[in-house]
Amino acid sequence: MAKLIMSADDSASVRQMVAFTLKQNGYDVVEAVDGRDALNKLNTQKVDMLLTDLNMPNMDGIGLIKGVRAGSLNKFIPIVMLTTESNDTKKAEGKAAGATGWIVKPFKPEQLIAVVKKVLG
Amino acid sequence: MMEEAVATYRDEASELLTELETSLLELEETPDDSDLINRVFRAMHTIKGSGAMFGFDEIASFTHEVETVFDMVRNGRMTVTKRLLDLTLKSRDHISYLLNIPEGEEVDRSDGDAIIAGLRQLVPQVELPQKGSPDVSAINLPKVSEEELANESTWRIRFRPVTNILMCGTNPISLINELRDLGTAHVVAQLDDVPELDKLVAENCYIYWDVILTTTRGEDAIKDVFIFVEDDCELKIELIDKSGLIDKEQGYKKLGDILVERGDLSPIEMQKVLMLQKRFGELLIEQGIVSPEKVQSALLEQQHVKSVRKERSETPPTESAASIRVPAERLDQLINLVGEMVTVQAHLTQVSLAGGDPTFISISEEVERLTNELRDTALNIRMLPIGSTFSKFKRLVRDLSSELGKEIEMETFGAETELDKTVIEKLNDPLVHIIRNSIDHGIEMPAVRTAAGKSSRGTVYLGAEHSGDSVLVTIRDDGAGLDRDRIRAKAVERGLLSASAEVSDKEIYSQIFAPGFSTADKVTSVSGRGVGMDVVKRGIDGLRGSIEVESTRGTGTTITLKIPLTLAIIDSLLVKIGKDHFVLPLASVEECVELTKEDVANSHGRNLANVRGVIIPYIPLRQQFDINDNPPEIEQIVIANIHGSKVGFVVDHVVGEHQTVIKSLGKMYHDVKGVSGATILGDGTVALILDMGVLLQTVEQSEKEIL
Repeated sequence: MAKLIMSADDSASVRQMVAFTLKQNGYDVVEAVDGRDALNKLNTQKVDMLLTDLNMPNMDGIGLIKGVRAGSLNKFIPIVMLTTESNDTKKAEGKAAGATGWIVKPFKPEQLIAVVKKVLG
Repeated sequence: MMEEAVATYRDEASELLTELETSLLELEETPDDSDLINRVFRAMHTIKGSGAMFGFDEIASFTHEVETVFDMVRNGRMTVTKRLLDLTLKSRDHISYLLNIPEGEEVDRSDGDAIIAGLRQLVPQVELPQKGSPDVSAINLPKVSEEELANESTWRIRFRPVTNILMCGTNPISLINELRDLGTAHVVAQLDDVPELDKLVAENCYIYWDVILTTTRGEDAIKDVFIFVEDDCELKIELIDKSGLIDKEQGYKKLGDILVERGDLSPIEMQKVLMLQKRFGELLIEQGIVSPEKVQSALLEQQHVKSVRKERSETPPTESAASIRVPAERLDQLINLVGEMVTVQAHLTQVSLAGGDPTFISISEEVERLTNELRDTALNIRMLPIGSTFSKFKRLVRDLSSELGKEIEMETFGAETELDKTVIEKLNDPLVHIIRNSIDHGIEMPAVRTAAGKSSRGTVYLGAEHSGDSVLVTIRDDGAGLDRDRIRAKAVERGLLSASAEVSDKEIYSQIFAPGFSTADKVTSVSGRGVGMDVVKRGIDGLRGSIEVESTRGTGTTITLKIPLTLAIIDSLLVKIGKDHFVLPLASVEECVELTKEDVANSHGRNLANVRGVIIPYIPLRQQFDINDNPPEIEQIVIANIHGSKVGFVVDHVVGEHQTVIKSLGKMYHDVKGVSGATILGDGTVALILDMGVLLQTVEQSEKEIL
């Protein structure tokens, strides 16, 4: 069974690129347009991993990460944040909320895959 | 695909710019509205972040400057002024200009520079951000330099994650496994922090690990493994041995010295215990000074380094990996035996599960694990690099091109790609035919090439690469390409296609593999008689592979062969019809769906199933094989992807995944269509392996005859 990865990002172009890269490497992808949408979907659907942007309307990435870690269905999944800031405060904030790892934008498809493989074990 | 994403980005950025404009105008009315400020910031942020992803570097760097200013506004370090809004609106226009600039046109930076200069004036001087270091992604793709390869070092790593590590979605075991991938590793799990059962919290991780790792990669590679958890763990990485060291002695430090060095034991304690003069490790444990795991870990380090050093002194550094020559038939025998073993193991698993005895089940699981490892290792032994065949073709190209008076050069790629020995042998003939065809029909005479504006020298490219459980072999030429209309005309003439049929390029090109097919006007000594490409098809079918042809008139043809890595053992789906078992190769199976009596009735005798809105034709295997007893109430359709189209095969039950050891059926059954072999199941019965491609062809043909 292909692993199912949720990609949460308010930017359609980034979602498109992420989904394409993941599918090309044999993963299944479910998309969410913001934190609220992602959390709603994650409350009913089991996924293997979450890739989330930090800056999103309705609910930002940090809120989403906290929400997932507080829930039960996807409580223990790896969560990787996509961030434009390489600054450490944002990273630390995400880590404190329960993120597993991070990727700094802009990234290349192979970097994305390397991180996904790493956290999926 | 990237172009699509770029187009999406353009649309998205335009929308964001419109939104930005609205927000800025509203902000003019209510300059303190933090929601609006946030909206402006987020729009900028997305334009910047996504822009950098899709190559709009100019937009990314410009927007970064504007975003930085709005970040300050957001954090209350600056206020919204008329001047700021003016400049930001101008920025919006400038981004819009940058977004729609035609490719290749010079960028006019004067507006942008003026805006940035203006924005910087607004920022209090102390606040001016440092020109940020370029964004770097978290993970660097591994690179091994030659120098690193020569330097093998042994590291002692203690990894103690915080107890709630699992709550961050990190699996410490996978980190340990990543370490194993770096080289030779010995791992000891330390259990002394695991609390009593009643105090144990199941979601916590109490274990920590000692790893002794010998690797050619540097310390950075080891640190990279822990990049996401470096703040969530105690990590000690120490160099304990290096290949550069002159080995005065093969031995290694004494156990006590290691423990003292690690801080697990004080020198005084060591002295005290040494006085007793018994076996040191036992004594330590007996005295309760050091836990058994710690002693074991230290002993392991001792052994590990000893053996690394011993190996180093035994193998002279000039000699590369030692190899032994073994007769091929002995390897074949080994594979056969492993095949038998896999079969017996399946039986064992079945019996153990039926018995339900937990001890027995655990033994059988252990045997299963070992058998799988043995199988992988054995199959690996037979893998050879495809390069040896490549060099033969270089000669072929050279000889043929001079015979035909053409100038042709051959390029190869991926010679190190490994394939099963038998597969490589069977690949030889098809490759010869394809390359001959390229040289004779594909590449034009030098004069024709020059007239067409190409270099007089043609190129034949031969490449191999891994793709999942297959190898892709690509043969590409920069010749004239296939003549689509001519092939079509010829196929119609021969009754292979109907004149009015609408067919894709792929289908037309696949006609060249029909027996006796040739569009050549003259028969040369090389090719043109129409024998050849059907040999290729048959050869590749025999390897359970597939062929794809792409061609552009005038620029060349690419033929891609997809070949499975091995022929001996495959992953498959075991199904049942009546009392008989059948095996379908899993590689082409996509999914299984139910087929009820009602569905059959609704389709009015046409064998079509509606699967989530897609109509998929199916073949009822029960009828195909004349199995006459009654089908169950609900049948199963196994949907497979055959040469790009979905086809269903109806069976009674899907039993599950199965490791299939392929046995050939023998000469007697050589002409049986739709069956590619047989296998022996766990309980000793025989199941036929179905060749879904051929089955489909047979059914298509008989349908045509009926029509």
